[in-house]
Amino acid sequence: MAKAKAQAQAAGVPAFYVTEDEHAHSGGSTMLGFWLYLMSDCLVFAVLFATYGVLGRNYAAGPSGADLFDLRLVAVNTAMLLFSSITYGFAMLAMDKGRQAAMQGWLVVTGLFGLAFLSIELYEFAHFIREGATPMRSAFLSSFFTLVGTHGLHVTFGLIWLSVLMVQVSKRGLIEANRRRLLCLSMFWHFLDVVWIGVFTFVYLMGVLK
Amino acid sequence: MTSYPDWWKLIFGRFTLEAIPYHEPILIGTFAAVALGGLALVALVTRYKLWGYLWHEWFTSVDHKKIGIMYMILGVIMLLRGFADALMMRGQQAIAFAGNEGYLPPHHYDQIFTAHGVIMIFFVAMPFVTGLMNYVVPLQIGARDVAFPFLNNFSFWMTVSGAVLVMMSLFIGEFAKVGWLAYPPLSGAAYSPGVGMDYYLWALQIAGVGTTLSGVNLIATIVKMRAPGMDMMRMPVFTWTALCTNVLIVATFPILAATLALLTLDRYVGTNFFTNDLGGNPMMYVNLIWIWGHPEVYILILPIFGVYSEVASTFCGKRLFGYASMVYATVVITILSYLVWLHHFFTMGSGASVNSFFGITTMIISIPTGAKIFNWLFTMYRGRIRFELPMMWLVAFMLTFVIGGMTGVMLAVPPADFVLHNSLFLIAHFHNVIIGGVVFGVFAGIAYWFPKAFGFKLDRFWGLLSFWFWVIGFYVAFMPLYVLGLMGVTRRLSRFEDPSLQIWFVVAALGAALIALGILCFIIQIGVSIIRREQLRDTTGDPWDGRTLEWSTSSPPPAYNFAFTPIVHDLDAWADMKKRGYRRPLGGFKPIHMPRNTGAGVIIAGLATVGGFALIWYIWWLAALSFVAVIATVIIHSFNYDRDFHIPAEAVLREEDSRSQLLGRA
Amino acid sequence: MSSPQHHAEPHGAHGDDHVPHGSLSGYVTGFLLSVVLTAIPFWLVMNDVLGNATLTAIVIMAFAAVQIVVHMVYFLHMNGRSEGGWNMMGLIFTIVIVVIVLSGSLWVMYHLNSNMMPDMHRM
Repeated sequence: MAKAKAQAQAAGVPAFYVTEDEHAHSGGSTMLGFWLYLMSDCLVFAVLFATYGVLGRNYAAGPSGADLFDLRLVAVNTAMLLFSSITYGFAMLAMDKGRQAAMQGWLVVTGLFGLAFLSIELYEFAHFIREGATPMRSAFLSSFFTLVGTHGLHVTFGLIWLSVLMVQVSKRGLIEANRRRLLCLSMFWHFLDVVWIGVFTFVYLMGVLK
Repeated sequence: MTSYPDWWKLIFGRFTLEAIPYHEPILIGTFAAVALGGLALVALVTRYKLWGYLWHEWFTSVDHKKIGIMYMILGVIMLLRGFADALMMRGQQAIAFAGNEGYLPPHHYDQIFTAHGVIMIFFVAMPFVTGLMNYVVPLQIGARDVAFPFLNNFSFWMTVSGAVLVMMSLFIGEFAKVGWLAYPPLSGAAYSPGVGMDYYLWALQIAGVGTTLSGVNLIATIVKMRAPGMDMMRMPVFTWTALCTNVLIVATFPILAATLALLTLDRYVGTNFFTNDLGGNPMMYVNLIWIWGHPEVYILILPIFGVYSEVASTFCGKRLFGYASMVYATVVITILSYLVWLHHFFTMGSGASVNSFFGITTMIISIPTGAKIFNWLFTMYRGRIRFELPMMWLVAFMLTFVIGGMTGVMLAVPPADFVLHNSLFLIAHFHNVIIGGVVFGVFAGIAYWFPKAFGFKLDRFWGLLSFWFWVIGFYVAFMPLYVLGLMGVTRRLSRFEDPSLQIWFVVAALGAALIALGILCFIIQIGVSIIRREQLRDTTGDPWDGRTLEWSTSSPPPAYNFAFTPIVHDLDAWADMKKRGYRRPLGGFKPIHMPRNTGAGVIIAGLATVGGFALIWYIWWLAALSFVAVIATVIIHSFNYDRDFHIPAEAVLREEDSRSQLLGRA
Repeated sequence: MSSPQHHAEPHGAHGDDHVPHGSLSGYVTGFLLSVVLTAIPFWLVMNDVLGNATLTAIVIMAFAAVQIVVHMVYFLHMNGRSEGGWNMMGLIFTIVIVVIVLSGSLWVMYHLNSNMMPDMHRM
């Protein structure tokens, strides 16, 4: 661009096209595009939160949050997610330094924490359902299972994506395209943390408040 | 149905041979026509060996121009289907009086009004609007393609996938009988146990994925890929409106997806979001769907406002009056459109404080819209107006839309709405703004950009005929509905008692017939223009003396749009270039970096269609299989890193030389 | 959802493609802050420290808001500069819409329930 401007001034008439044309191709838009996708995902969660907010006290004579939730379990689960967040951060730092093996290592750790989170969540769900607190039991439970489950589903997709990326990095190395994908997954992963903050505050903590 | 054995249910789910509507002569006739037409088409394509061409040059294309054209074709095809529904409704209502049952049984009539609404909004208006944006925006901002070309192709095929599911419901099973927004509890499992509602849910869910991703794509394109010098306040108005529209798409279609997903859970899993039992609340669905639904209205109309703005400044030969105010009005509408949703259900019972808030915001949102009308008027004032087809549509729009806007403001007054809610007055109102606004604008856009896309203008005579049939037909068809609405006739009725109403319905049916002629003339116009293309040929690339960058390249533009990326110095960049003696570059071309075509989009969308069909019919094994196949295809596709190529400099030179020859001939 | 839209870059790294990925101290600070901001609400609720449900709810919501900001800044590296401010613009717009959806739905449905279903609360 600077070149084009210089040309224009030299010739006395404005330049109407760029002669040195190396438009950075789509790679340059990926991070913004992915961010926009995350924003749209945010609104999916907004609907689920709104539904929980409206229907979350309709117990239909069934169990309430205070009856069901075990905050110690939720605290452990939150810890899993927080740990996975910082380990993903360490993976990104290793990537910046070009240390592929270290990065893959941190990604494995991240994946394990993610898996632990999912397992605990599934255990919790199974426990509720065994006690008769199924998603069909009341509007409260419908919206609880859907909100928390949708978050869990996102974590599941994150884990699949993580594994695919690890294979791709091991095959191709830390090339530009792979770095970009890892950065996108990083945003996705941290975004799920942010949603979880909403979940544990609005659903679990406020659910047990009398 | 109970006689089917277990193995049948395992393989075919709840699909049975009775689901094929043999006993409906109308459907069998339609099916025969569609099947014969389809076979003839397949035979022709095979006869002329076009499959390879279609697959390589169109279906798998990542070129935004071709995808834009495919969107427009989808829109036209679905318009024919949606309009056939409209004609059937008008016909039924014109004769079903005083004991005459008409020719449509209620269960069929209910499917028709549902399908009409769903198709016209999701598979006619949306593809038209998306198609125009896809085609025009990259050209207007001086880009070579959109930010994510593959995603663009994928989005298109997901929209097609949804349309295919809706069309399948005609011949396999049935469609929903619940109205276009499918309010529960009517749309819940208890009252709509059939497959119709599930066709509705999965068609919209699949098409919605495409729409959302295409929104992300176009925002990224507009934000990141503008030509140097084009800062925000030098963007053409159409691009501005496209940006705001896509912001609305990205920020509302997820709401639709989530709301429909909750209803789907109610139907498939037995949850209690929108049921009447166990704490569910159907009103919550109405609330959520309209949080999407109102911005959706602006998703349709905003880009069309952009079209009108381009048309106004081009055909009046001057800069758009009040560019900045136009931009601000668009942005204000974008945000305000989120604050008015409750005006669709004033009568639900939220009470005075809520209703007055939303009534007032609704009246406020009409202000920026009104400002736009004045901008177009002042653009025309003392302009050198050329009454080409797009300009005529603009004038018809301004006259018609103002009426629709005023009836809209009437409906925005809660006490008035209590009288008019769900009446034919409402039907007349929204057809007034959608036909008078969106449809007229789409035709203006088609007439305006057709020469850019194909290199020849559309035939004027048939265009005028289509124009007059549409405009007169619209008034004849919908003014009676205003009257009927004021007399208290409600919507969605298939038969009436009071014979004094009949005349109004007969007049409305006449109007629908006039519109049918308008559509026919439009189709003829396309055909005649193709036949007469040599007389209508435009060799300049700038047939209207245009003002924005898309007119600076050839018609049709080369695959790479611009041999060199243009530099923008003024709002009307191309008008400025012409004024200051711009010369086309004739040499020194460089290889151009372009994305490669891929079939992944077609394959994934095809699998999504199969998956949707399987879910509708409870064919669980097939649903699981297609889900896994979709994931697998996406993963396999992500292993392909070789997605770009370079158009060699010699090819660019050849292309540009042939344009020089064309220009020399003119 | 894998990432079908990403394109390989055949000719190496572009200079302008640099996104701030944060630093070790940034990640550690963010992590420690979020541990504290998570632990306090859990402690407040599990031990019923404040003895007043409404007050506790307000306090833990405030903590959640602060923690969301911490995550945005230290993990998602939000600032007014990335992508020429467009990321921030998108975020602010989204927050506005989320607030409208949440508060609007609650407001509308609360009024609806109290007008149309006054017995709701006894269910």
